[in-house]
Amino acid sequence: MLTSILWASVGGAMIGLAASWILLAKGRIAGISGIIGGLLSARDEQSAWRSSFLVGLLVGGGILTTILPDAIAAPDSRSLVLIGAAGGLVGYGTRLGSGCTSGHGVCGLTRLSPRSLAATLTFMGTGFLTATIVALAAGAR
Amino acid sequence: MSSMHRIIAPFLGGLVFALGLGLSGMTDANKVIGFLNLAGDWDPSLAFVMMGAIGVHLVMYRMILKRQSPLFADRFYIPTRRDISAQLLVGAALFGVGWGLGGFCPGPGLVSLVSFDPAAGVFVASMLGGMLMHSLLSLPSRRARKPAEATC
Repeated sequence: MLTSILWASVGGAMIGLAASWILLAKGRIAGISGIIGGLLSARDEQSAWRSSFLVGLLVGGGILTTILPDAIAAPDSRSLVLIGAAGGLVGYGTRLGSGCTSGHGVCGLTRLSPRSLAATLTFMGTGFLTATIVALAAGAR
Repeated sequence: MSSMHRIIAPFLGGLVFALGLGLSGMTDANKVIGFLNLAGDWDPSLAFVMMGAIGVHLVMYRMILKRQSPLFADRFYIPTRRDISAQLLVGAALFGVGWGLGGFCPGPGLVSLVSFDPAAGVFVASMLGGMLMHSLLSLPSRRARKPAEATC
C-alpha cells in the first residue's frame, strides 16, 4: 500500500508538471477530453498542438509498455459490451460536462473553479456509486 | 522555433502526462476499479494521484500566471465561466457512471491503446463515438452563439 501511494504521488506530480508545461508553453488547459473533443469538432489553429499532445501521449504509452509492462492493464471484471457502453458515456458525458479527470479534476480544482469542483464531486460520486453497484451485483449473482 | 512551438512542446507535455498516468497506477483499470469500488478491499492510493498533480500544479500555476504571456502563444486561455449549469452536472454524472463501469477515463483509455488490448480499443472507439454524438447534437446551438473559447 505504501509503495502504491508513493507511486501514485510521483505519477500525479508528473501529471501536474505536464499540465503546468502546457500552460507555460501554450497558455492552454491540459484537459484530455477537451483536447480530443476539440480535434473531433473543429479544424482550427489549435489542431496542431492538440494532435502533437495526443501523439506524445501515445508515445509515452509505448515507453510504458517497454519499461513497465504491468502498468497498462485492461479490466478483468468487465465485458467488452460493458466497456463499449462505458466509452459512450465517458465520451458524451465529458463533452457535455466540459471536462474530465484532468481538465476539471486537476486543472480546474487548482484554479478553485466552482464549476470544476461541482463537476469533480459529481463524477467522483457517480463513479464510486457505479463501480460499487457493479461489484455488488456481480457478487450477488 | 516554429516546430518547437507547434509540435515539440505539446508533444513533450503529452509524453510526461502519459508516463505520469502509467507510474501512478491510473492506466491499470483494475486498480481504478479497486479505487472506485467501496464494497470490496478498498484501495485508496489513487486519491494521491490527484493530490500530487494538484500540489505541483498549484505552485507552478501561480508562478506561470505571473508572466505576461506563455512561451509560445500570445496569451493565456483560462476558462472564465463560473456558473454551475445543468449540462455541467448531467455531463459529469454520465462521465462518472462510464468511469465506474469501465475503469477508464479519457487519458488512461488513450494511453492503453498501445497495449493493443481489445478492451482499450473498444473503449476509445465508443468514447470517440460519444464525443461525436455530442458535437452533432450541439451543432445548432453552437451556431447560434459564440463558440466557447476554452473548454477543459
